[in-house]
Amino acid sequence: MERISVKQVNHHFGFTEILRDINFDLKQGEVVSIVGPSGGGKTTLLHLVAGLLDLEEGKIENSFKSSAFAFQEARLLPWKNVIDNIMLGLLARGDDRELAQQEAEKIALKFGLEERDFTKFPKDLSGGMKQRVSFARALVLKPALLFLDEPFSALDIGLKKELQTILIEMVDQKEISILFITHDLMEAIRLSDRVLLLAADPGRIVKSFDYDLSQADRDDSYVYAKSASLLSDPEIINTFELELK
Amino acid sequence: MKFILKIFKDFPAFLWSGWGAIASILLFIGAWDLGNQLYGDLVLPSPTQTFDTLFLMLKDPEVWEAIQITLYRAGVGFGVSLLLGTFLGLLAGSFATASIMSRPIVTILVGMPPIAWIVLAMIWFGMGDLTVIFTVVVASFPIVFVGALQGARTLEGDLTEMANSFKLPFMMKVFDIYFPHIFSYIFPAWVSGLGMAWKIVVMAELLSTSDGIGASLAVARSQLDTPTALALVVIMIASLMIVEYIILEPIKREVELWRE
Repeated sequence: MERISVKQVNHHFGFTEILRDINFDLKQGEVVSIVGPSGGGKTTLLHLVAGLLDLEEGKIENSFKSSAFAFQEARLLPWKNVIDNIMLGLLARGDDRELAQQEAEKIALKFGLEERDFTKFPKDLSGGMKQRVSFARALVLKPALLFLDEPFSALDIGLKKELQTILIEMVDQKEISILFITHDLMEAIRLSDRVLLLAADPGRIVKSFDYDLSQADRDDSYVYAKSASLLSDPEIINTFELELK
Repeated sequence: MKFILKIFKDFPAFLWSGWGAIASILLFIGAWDLGNQLYGDLVLPSPTQTFDTLFLMLKDPEVWEAIQITLYRAGVGFGVSLLLGTFLGLLAGSFATASIMSRPIVTILVGMPPIAWIVLAMIWFGMGDLTVIFTVVVASFPIVFVGALQGARTLEGDLTEMANSFKLPFMMKVFDIYFPHIFSYIFPAWVSGLGMAWKIVVMAELLSTSDGIGASLAVARSQLDTPTALALVVIMIASLMIVEYIILEPIKREVELWRE
């Protein structure tokens, strides 16, 4: 079975300790989210697991055959049009250009882009459209594992819900595993099988919460109820410094 | 290939957009004629007289030879600046230390008046091709160098990271990530470098050689032959305009379509 296991990972930037003794597993088909306050080392951890940063101490085993990354900002190439941007990962993988283009067009339509958008450059797209393209670029690869770096944080609630629904569908059909970071607890509860709480200074995992109900069956009241109980958890209050002083 | 075709396809539309430019040039010529009527033929020959002289000159093979000589000098000088400036600029831009160190040197090169370089070059190389070419290189090199340096310095870490996350092969990174960004800085620098080279070549020739457009200009000056002098100026400006608006500008438009 494909899995990621992170063992005793520590990380420093210069003399600043960013991460201390991080341990967790992510199995095939699971969605794991890392929540915590801003500046707490979430992004560093995600980049380490995704191999975008060199590991200093500890061990990260990743046996997933393929993976893709969607960033907080869309990070599209400004000199390429929508379809060429979506094709980027396919071409990097060595796919045939014509097939790649067909794939890209298909997924672009699925993500709510229209045919007249295909030849537009990113400068002519709205923020939401850019994020759609960015998601399409990651998911067109049909990755076994998806890394998400707060990808919903800049979106309006409609688009947020739309993209989340697409992900939940894929998770429901066991097509994909997801590791994502967020500071939005409700978002984490809606999507994740497990929520890891990362406290800051230095970043360390202080608690883990499991949610067993299948993502497709989670309705708003489930998410609200779980959020409420999470918000009254003393560790959460401590980590996010929710207590009024 | 697709790209080159598109440049040609959009070319008529680009030319059509030139009517405004032509109108303003004609207005300028009108003002020139007014100047002629106010100050007389010796100070400012009329446009008609200038263009008559120009057509006579263009029938003269010697003039064509002068143009060729000047083109050769400007071409070699600019070519050297282009290659050297691009290469060294990219190299310097890739290393923080090198780019910090090269800054003051570039300031010195830019700040030193070309006329001073001509004097030095005349002492070093005597009167001839080499002096002119050297001056052209020294004047246009810093422009190209700074463009290349800026292009390399401003490469975005975010996009490189994105490219790494999709495991782009090295050649794809070069062509899809680095090249378009750097080119958008280097190309305008090449254009202004070329303009600079063209101006400097004539100045250097005027002072240090006995052939070329610059030298003809010096002869026209000593004979107080204002129509010839003006005709030479027209040749210089027209040739620069042709290169810039017929060749470079259409390329620039297509290349920078993605820009705001």
